[in-house]
Amino acid sequence: MAAPLTLVLILSVTIRAVLFRSSLAELISERVEVVSPLNAWKRVVEGLALLDLGVSPYSGDVFHETPLVIYLFHFVVDYAEIVFMVSTFEFSGKYNLFIKQKYALEADRYPHDCLELMRSPKEMHYIPLKVAMFYLLNPFTILSCVAKSTCGLNNAVMALFILSTLKGSALLSAIFLALATYQSIYPLTLFAPGLLFLLQRLYIPVNPCRSRFWFFTVQYSVMFIGSLLVIVCLSFFLLGSWDFIPSVYGFILSVPDLTPNIGLFWYFFAEMFEHFRFFFICVFQINVFFYTIPLSVKLKEHPVFLIFMQIAIISIFKSYPTVGDIALYMAFLPVWSHLYRFLRNIFLVSCVLLACTALFPVLWHLWIYAGSANSNFYYAITLLFNVGQILLVSDYFYAYLRREHHLSQGLYLRRKDGSEATLVLK
Amino acid sequence: MGLLSDPNRRKAITTARILILNMILVLHGDSVVCYLAGIAWFMGLAFEPFTLRTYMSENAMGSTMVEERFPSGERALATAREFAAHKKKVGGMPVDWLVKTMRAQGLEVFTQSFSRNLPFPDESKERFVVRGTNVYGILRAPRAPRTEALVLSAPCSPGNSNNQAVGLLLGLAQYFRSQIYWAKDIIFLVNEHDLIGVQAWLEGYHHTNITGMGYTPLQGRAGSIQAALSLELNSDVVTSLDLVLEGLNGQLPNLDLANLFHAFCQKLGILCTIQGKLQRSDWDTVEGYTHSAQTMLLMVLKQASGRPWGEHGLFLRYHIEAASIRGVNSFRQYKTDATSIGRLFEGMVRKLNNLLERLHQSYFFYLMPSLTRFVSIGYYMPAFGLLTTILLLRALDLWVHLGTPTPVTEDGVGEGESPSSPGLLSVLTPVVISHLTGVALYTLPVLSQEMAVEHFPVSETEAVVLTAIAIYTAGLALPHNTHRLISGEGTEQGWRVLKLVALLYLAVLLGCTALINFSLGFILAVTLVPAAACVTPHVPKALSAVAMVLLSPGCTILYCVFLFQELQEVPVSLAEGWMLFLSVISQGILDHALYGSLVYPLLALLVYPCWLLFWNILFWK
Repeated sequence: MAAPLTLVLILSVTIRAVLFRSSLAELISERVEVVSPLNAWKRVVEGLALLDLGVSPYSGDVFHETPLVIYLFHFVVDYAEIVFMVSTFEFSGKYNLFIKQKYALEADRYPHDCLELMRSPKEMHYIPLKVAMFYLLNPFTILSCVAKSTCGLNNAVMALFILSTLKGSALLSAIFLALATYQSIYPLTLFAPGLLFLLQRLYIPVNPCRSRFWFFTVQYSVMFIGSLLVIVCLSFFLLGSWDFIPSVYGFILSVPDLTPNIGLFWYFFAEMFEHFRFFFICVFQINVFFYTIPLSVKLKEHPVFLIFMQIAIISIFKSYPTVGDIALYMAFLPVWSHLYRFLRNIFLVSCVLLACTALFPVLWHLWIYAGSANSNFYYAITLLFNVGQILLVSDYFYAYLRREHHLSQGLYLRRKDGSEATLVLK
Repeated sequence: MGLLSDPNRRKAITTARILILNMILVLHGDSVVCYLAGIAWFMGLAFEPFTLRTYMSENAMGSTMVEERFPSGERALATAREFAAHKKKVGGMPVDWLVKTMRAQGLEVFTQSFSRNLPFPDESKERFVVRGTNVYGILRAPRAPRTEALVLSAPCSPGNSNNQAVGLLLGLAQYFRSQIYWAKDIIFLVNEHDLIGVQAWLEGYHHTNITGMGYTPLQGRAGSIQAALSLELNSDVVTSLDLVLEGLNGQLPNLDLANLFHAFCQKLGILCTIQGKLQRSDWDTVEGYTHSAQTMLLMVLKQASGRPWGEHGLFLRYHIEAASIRGVNSFRQYKTDATSIGRLFEGMVRKLNNLLERLHQSYFFYLMPSLTRFVSIGYYMPAFGLLTTILLLRALDLWVHLGTPTPVTEDGVGEGESPSSPGLLSVLTPVVISHLTGVALYTLPVLSQEMAVEHFPVSETEAVVLTAIAIYTAGLALPHNTHRLISGEGTEQGWRVLKLVALLYLAVLLGCTALINFSLGFILAVTLVPAAACVTPHVPKALSAVAMVLLSPGCTILYCVFLFQELQEVPVSLAEGWMLFLSVISQGILDHALYGSLVYPLLALLVYPCWLLFWNILFWK
């Protein structure tokens, strides 16, 4: 286990180091797919320069990172590449405990013929390695790391949140969730799965009539809100002004920068009449948060899968997505390798995602450099890419529900008259 | 989502899929049908009823009438003779004389000197270390701020060619100077060493340096260049004018520029051609169809080569619509004199002068079977789509094979054991090895020329080309020996996974290529798709190996050389064809180094490795 992991680590460090030194690094750090106005390294450098001059980094409209990040880089700017690498590697090796427990829980509850649906301990043994490999060797992560996008830091914070939640530490979980929320607002939706998982771990049923449930919920919320307040106030004291609130959160929520990216916002809001803008901003932003409610109700027994769904939804629908965000939820895919047999469109979806990834730079070239195509071409690919992602996520969702059904009902379903039955998802 | 989760529709999709699969499995016929349909569609594009008539889309150029009054054709020819005499005296470009003449005409004149070391000697043009000077004069617009400009350029070629072009350029400059309606600056550029000079001037103008050229910065500058026309003229009178559109990497100017040229040729009664072919009116006869098919195929071949076919080709990269106009003097009776050609240019420049924004209304993706007919992207892409469908169908077929040993029932449950994943190494190794071969093919020829020249009795150029061919051939022997050493015996699953990867890779690769340069993508698809679709380890080895080699990218270039000569009506013998093939390879490498043409790296780094993967499958043990 340790040897292959080291190998993967060495390999990924080598790839990144080579790319950092090559002429490609500059090219990559300019790509709109890899960096967004929120996390571009160029903007961080600009913010740092302003800070050194004693000017608020948020004056002007260039810098949109949070104060803590800029102070972090203030001290380690010379080692920026190393920071990015370290933040990438924190991700690996974290799912061991949880899956084993889960297996022990499940083993004797279900009918016999479902045993083939269970993961063997041997398979589970390799999952952390696979996750690490999927994240570290994913071209998306490599690109994002080489571009020195601060997205890597956000991913690291999210990973720490998941790790501490899985280990059952409520306080750490709340602190990291607060940090992630502080960084980019959207992880707020992970509050529900985090809470559900901790409740499950403490064997507290999700029941509004029970005082223990309310007690723990309030406890967790207080920890979360408290640490969020502490972090925000810390930022205020570091900077001495509230400038960063409109400049970071206002920027994320009201989407003033319509630079093309792989998300859905830019084209739509570039085309829209100004007086509809506010309404549709609300619609688009509520869209990101809205899925929390139905998903939490449906998946309240399976908070880890809920975390995966939420992260995927955030990275699809957030206002400035980059490939680094996609890499985060893609790293989870090996965890659900047991769902593979229930996936229905995986071939189609992977072809679509592959083709779109290749077409992004091509259509960008045709639009911006050759001048022979236009923004519609690029947006068409963006749409297709997002449809592919949505299909992927909903396919996994369906597969998960279906596996649960088979676990309780047996693998081979019969109708009352003995003929073979098929499942219908309505 | 309804489409994919509703069981009834799902069943319909599955049924359709099984139907398609059965067709693949049982008949193995639909690939052939798809392939033939693709080729037939493509050849049908040259048939006149299937094409569209060209029309002027740009309003600023359509309705505004201009009057052409250029009077001094004879004087321009006299200037040309004077220029020729000075050129002979100096033994190159008569910079001082040009500066003096242009200044006398009241232009702002500047010079730019440049130097460029070629990576290896260019034998067809006999140059290795290039030094030269560009001279350009700017006519300032009297009626508007200096924010936009047009370029008229003529090359100063060695020997006796193109003197008339420079003469006419100077004549036009003098005439334009006395007119008052210019709203854009007009730059008159006389450049030395054809494309290298243009490249240096453009890089100097736009403050870029992408090809490692040495040049002095430009002292004078006009606004952003909206359009450029390049003139090549070798005789005092011409029988026809030929329009050249194909630029670097297969880029084409906006179709309105071709329409503009055609409109003025009609107006002034000048014979005009494209690809050197006159238009015929008898489209319903076999000869008529063959003629337009030839014209279109010539355009496709020229576009696929990715080279700039005239000086305009380099302007296109800077988002400047440009075309070259070439005078042709053949044995026809009907001649056009320099005054008419001057009027043609006057008219075109005046219409371009009227533009309010860059040409953007008309098509950028088109093929022209004749100067009045065009095929737009929506019509020619299906031909390519039909070819790539074969790849996708094959991939789907393999995917189903990999997933289910038993036939698919309703989704999911019927599937037997989960597919045992073949070792990652058995797929990754061939991929990495063939790409490394590609990298070697890309870098070694130029790097190792000195060593090759030392050890073999060949010139540098031959050394580069022969090294490239040697690496290409060596690549065939390499990969199929390696995966066995690393991962032991390859399994039946192994080659299927590799083929799936290779098919998807090829489909994406060809798709991207066809978007940037349709012709290149289509030509590659025509030869690569059959090889990719049919190859398995179970076909007769020797025969398929020969077929695979015949369908490889290198041989595709060879066929293209012969076809091109055939279409130009200068057929060559095998030996001559082979020599041409060698020079095409060296030109391709030079084009990449000098102007940044992408065909050579594309073939070496991506297409060839992809083909090697299929080669690898053939020899899978």
